[in-house]
Parts: sequence; C-alpha cells; structure tokens
Amino acid sequence: MTEYFDEMWGLSQQTRAPYKKFSEWFEGEEPARLRAKQREAEELFRLTGITFNVYGRDEAEERLIPFDIIPRVISAREWKKLSKGIDQRVRAINAFLHDIYHRQEIIRAGRIPREMIEKNEAYLPHMIGVRPPGGIYTHIVGIDLVRTDEDTFYVLEDNARTPSGVSYMLENRETMLQMFPELFSKTRVQPVSGYPRALQQSLAACAPESCNGPPTVAVLTPGIYNSAYYEHSFLADKMGVELVEGSDLRIVDGHVAMRTTRGYQPIDVLYRRIDDDFIDPLNFNPDSMLGVPGIMDVYRAGRITIANAPGGGISDDKAIYSYMPEIVEFYTGEKAILENVPTWRCNEPDSLQYVLDNLKDLVVKEVHGSGGYGMLIGPTSSKKELAEFEAKLRARPNNYIAQPTLSLSTVPIFTKAGLAPRHVDLRPYVLVSPDGVNITPGGLTRVALKKGSLVVNSSQGGGTKDTWVLED
Amino acid sequence: MLGKTAGGLFWMSRQLERSENTARMIETGQRIALTRGADSDGEWASILRTAAVSSGHAAKYDTVTRENAIDWMLRDKANPSSVLCSVETARNNARMVRTALTHECWEAVNAAYLRIKELLARRVSERDLPQVLATIRQRSAFVRGAMHGTLLRNDIYDFIRIGTFMERADNTARILDVKYYVLLPMASSVGSRLDNVQWETILRSVSAEGGYRMTHGHKIRPREIAQFLLLDKRMPRSLNFCCSKIRDNLGYLASDYGERLDSQSCIDTLCRRFMSHDIDAIFDYGLHEYIQDFLSALADLSRQIEIDYRFYE
Repeated sequence: MTEYFDEMWGLSQQTRAPYKKFSEWFEGEEPARLRAKQREAEELFRLTGITFNVYGRDEAEERLIPFDIIPRVISAREWKKLSKGIDQRVRAINAFLHDIYHRQEIIRAGRIPREMIEKNEAYLPHMIGVRPPGGIYTHIVGIDLVRTDEDTFYVLEDNARTPSGVSYMLENRETMLQMFPELFSKTRVQPVSGYPRALQQSLAACAPESCNGPPTVAVLTPGIYNSAYYEHSFLADKMGVELVEGSDLRIVDGHVAMRTTRGYQPIDVLYRRIDDDFIDPLNFNPDSMLGVPGIMDVYRAGRITIANAPGGGISDDKAIYSYMPEIVEFYTGEKAILENVPTWRCNEPDSLQYVLDNLKDLVVKEVHGSGGYGMLIGPTSSKKELAEFEAKLRARPNNYIAQPTLSLSTVPIFTKAGLAPRHVDLRPYVLVSPDGVNITPGGLTRVALKKGSLVVNSSQGGGTKDTWVLED
Repeated sequence: MLGKTAGGLFWMSRQLERSENTARMIETGQRIALTRGADSDGEWASILRTAAVSSGHAAKYDTVTRENAIDWMLRDKANPSSVLCSVETARNNARMVRTALTHECWEAVNAAYLRIKELLARRVSERDLPQVLATIRQRSAFVRGAMHGTLLRNDIYDFIRIGTFMERADNTARILDVKYYVLLPMASSVGSRLDNVQWETILRSVSAEGGYRMTHGHKIRPREIAQFLLLDKRMPRSLNFCCSKIRDNLGYLASDYGERLDSQSCIDTLCRRFMSHDIDAIFDYGLHEYIQDFLSALADLSRQIEIDYRFYE
C-alpha cells in the first residue's frame, strides 16, 4: 500500500489499465539500455538548446530541465472529462474578463466584492470599455491540474497571462519518438505536434476586423537572455512568423510595425511574451525597454490584437482563484466540472486566524507569486520557518492565501534503483479564438524529482515527463 | 526579414569566420616557433598585431610570450576577438536569429560553442594545442557545411555570405598589412632565411601554401605572393575573391528586393578601385597605402550595408 495514489500502480500495486502496454514494454527492457537512453535524451536537449535560466544565480547561466523517460499516461476517458472541465473553465474566464471591464454584472450580483476586482494590482483600468478583437481575452491558457485519486482532479492555478512550457510538451514527445519508436507503434498515443499550427491559426483568427488579407502574426520576446527565450524562438520558428523585440517595433501610421530589411511592415497579431507592465512605456512602466511606446493606443483603436489581452492577469490571481467556482457558475449556469482547491483568503480575519492556527498542515502562497517562490509548505517546514512565515502573514495578510496540502498523485520516475514514485502535476495547453476552444491532448507533466517533495517547479528541482493521452 | 535578423546573420558569420582565422594564426605562430628555434616572441608580437588584438594584450601583459599570446587569442574573456568570445558572440547571434536558421545550422553552431567552450575552459597545454586548434577549424567547417547544405538561397544566405567574406577580406588584408614590408621588391636580402620564414608565415596564415604552389610553382617570390593574395580570382581568401563574392551577394539582394541601394554602388566602386590594376601598379602606388585604403573602404561598405538593410534602429 502506498500513501498516495500512483497513476501507474493505483493504491494497491496493480498496474492500472492505461499503463498496461507501457508496463509490458518496460519489463522487457534492459535497465542499462534505458540508462543510456536517458543520457542520450539529455544530450539531445543540450544540443537543441532547450535550456532555461535560473534567476538569482550567477554561474548557472543555462541549465537543462531534467527529463524523465517514463511517460505519464492518461486514458481517453479521463481526458474527455478533463477537457470538458477545461473548456468550461476557459469560457468562464473569458466571460468574467469581459464582464469586469464592462458592466460588472458579477459585482452587481454580489458574487465578488468590488474591492477584490478594482483594488487588485492586476486590474487594468486602461481596459475598461475596451473590446479586444474577436472578443477574446485569453488566447493561450495553461491550466495547472493535480490529481488526488482515481477520479479527482483539482485546478491548482489558471495561467492566463503567458503560460510557458509548451515547447517542452512538444520536444519531450519528439525525444520519446526518436528514442523509443517501437513504443509508439505498440501504443496509440494522440499526437501533440499540431500545436504550433493550431496556435498560428488561432492567433490569426483573432486578427482585428480591419485587417484585410492574411494577418501578419509575430511573437514578442524580451530577448535572448530571458529564461523562456528558447520557447519564444521555438514557437516563432514552428509557426513560421517573426520573433521580434521591442526595439524592432514602432508605431507607423497608426499601426504597430516591425523594422524589416525593406522598411517598416505592419503587424496584425502580437503574441507577446512580456508582462502587462512592460508592454508600453508610455502607458505603463516608463522604464521599460522591452515594449512598444504607444501600443496601447493602437490597441484601443482596434488596430492590433495583443495575445493575451492586457489586464487578463486578474483572472489567474490567487485571490480571485478562490472565487472560481462562483465565476464558473455565474457565467455558464453550470456547476464547475473541475474542482477548486479549498482556499482561505488571509485578508479575512476568520480565515487568517484559522491559517495561523493550522499553519503546519497548510500550504501558504503569495497572491501574486509564481514559480514556487515565496511559498510555505507547512508539513515539510521547520519550526523556525513556520515562525518566520507567521510573522509575514501577520504583517501583510492581504498578500497571502492558504490551501490544505493535497495528496498529489505520483507517477514513477526512472532511477538507478529502478522505478520510484514521485509527485506530479499537469499543465494542458488551451487555445481560444472566435472559432472555439482548442485543447491539445497532452500537456506538460512536471515532476518533483526529490523523494517526497511536492514542489514541481523547474527552478526548484523539478523535471518533466512526456504526457500521453491514449486514443479511444 | 527583420533588420535585426539581417544584422544577426551578418555578425554570426563574421564571428565564426573570425574564430577560424584566429585559430589559423595561432597555428602559424606555433609552427614558426617550433621550426625556427627560440627567437619567436617577436613573431608572436606580430601575430597579435595581425589579429588586431595587440593593444588589449599590452594592457594585460608587460611582455609578449608564446604562452600569454596564445592564451589571449584563444580564450581570454577580456579579448572580444578571442576564439572563445567570437564563438560565444556567434552563438548568441545565432540564438537571436534562430528562426532564420535551419535546425541543422543552429545545432552546428550550438554544438561548436558547447565543444569549444569545453576545450577552452582551462589553459591549453602545448601538447593539446594542435588538437584544440584542429577542432576549432573543424567545427567551423561543420557550420559552413550545414549552411551550404540546408539553407535556402535567399536573403538569409546572402547576409551570411556577406558577413563571411567581409571578415575574410579584412583578415587577409590585415595579414598583408602587418607583413607588407617583406613583400616589397627592394626588401633587403631576397631569398634569405628570414624572408623565407616570413613568406611561409603569410601563406600559412591563409592556408594558401598548396594553392600557391599549384598556381605559381615551387619558387616562392614576394611579388607572386602579393599577386596571389590580393588579386587571384580563384584563391578563396584573396581580396579579389572575397570582394567579388560580396558583390555577387549584394547583387542577389538587389534583384530579390527589386531595388539597388548605396551598398551596391559602394561595392562596385570598391572593386573598380582596388581590383582592376595589376600587381606592379599596386607596388608603384605603395602596397602599405593600398591596403590601408582598402581596409577603410571595406569599413565604409560595412557601415553602408548596416544602414541600407536597417540592422539597427
């Protein structure tokens, strides 16, 4: 018996159905050959340049995210349920964003307090009354899911700003296909390789109404020193569009245009991988060197699509997260299919008291934090760490939310001693356009490589796995 | 294509060419030192001048020795033209223009960087030097091969070629500039041991010994060397060859884009001015002056290309 639900072995060390074929294959493999393959995979990643930068460290300029060769397998039935829930949730998020920047029905209905919206740092007054082209706010979403048993998936976070990691979803599959082709002729796995094309089409479908002819799409990156630069160049390359930086762009005749070898050429859709704050030094952070001065004015005039829309970040704010069940219900008229993790908002005195009393059993997160920084995991923290966090909570309760520690499911990883269960999460990638919601069957599985650890972030010792969604 | 991308391609190929040329110069220096005895420090000083890195070297070291010259040229981070820095800059440019390159090209550049960085992580011992230099040249050849074999012959390829030949012309011209006096007709003792060494150095630095022999036979004469490196149409590192390639590629750009810019007139003028005379006329004019004029015309051309194709804002 294991304490946690293992996706390969369940709770009783019986291989679960989705893993049967993989398990048979694995039993017949020489561990030494697999170890060599594991090294081969890393070599492939390094050569392709799939690296990331770790903040706050000098020497570790470029590191690889460790890749584990044991796939994470999801059955077609499980996936159907997940996609329905994801579809519902993204539609609700878009409706919510439209609402809070227009009539604010949800506030009038008393479902969310006004100050939760209007005092939120991620709420962008510039967007009030602005209708983004096609009415779409979140063109690209990554929904972080965790599983706790056979049937229960929780949404941990809605990444509605610029979710990263999709290049890993694609490269992990490429690597597996190269290393173990025989595995894929045995098992029917739904392909993920259509993502870049779907992304290109989805973005093009959101072009401004004034755009005649095929829209010009570009990816906006902060540059080669950004931690996700590989992904930016990868996506631009696979979509066959230009990868631009702020210094390549300027406003020409009321349009955002890029400097080409033959003069300035207008852009219709900008998939930006920089934050709202930096996108327009004239309208937001005046020190930003990354954005385009005046782009917000062009945007408000309806002459460019910015994906994702500015101001959408409020929907993945951790304080708003706690209202998601209400939000889904309010806009879709249905109960949320995917569960929300119970969340205590520390700005409410009763909740704060509860959190302080039960700190050692809870996970506490910064409302605006990301990447696993600045969080406390009660059960694995020392007395000293708990005491330090208690002081932080008392000093700035508004800055925190708390959640119970979930019994995250595990999937085995390949270690020197054989297979060993490790905790995982899942980030499927979702595209939204007037043509509909497109969910790639698969996603990024992140795995905490350290035994017992619940932190899957790559900046803190997490790795990745190929994620298989089986054909029906 | 983005102007920034054109600039990135241009500088990527220039830096790669530079790393290869630097490796070749070190190889030449080492060869001379090994075969001509102890008096080689003067030779290293002249090699540093040729590579245009001597002032930086002088700022760091009081004297020129074989060891510190090689280390400075190979792997010193303070020398932006060291092999290590050139390859790193080339790779950063390749990352920037990643979407313009094929998978093969990018991998070749990235692999070159990873391998060379590993080889140059520590000071290179005399014993390992030949192998290290061979690897640097080989990696550069891999990149060239990937480009040749996989890139579409469009503006991407044109900017890469222009960068390569600008750097190469510059390199050959600088080698001649530092050694021009040994090629002058009145040079003191024609055919002396010293001159032979110098001539051999020149030919080796541009990998031209075999080519020279095929073209001019076994007798090494300064006039023929000058003719070969300046004006020969088939020698891939001669000024004439490099300039005609730059002219070709600028021509392709003009017809591709449907417009002739100042760069095209600039290279036409340059070719007319420097490539239409015979070697005696060049000697009459003054070899040193000729090379100086050429280098400055080349720099003007480089600036004009930058402007015409909007590399920078």
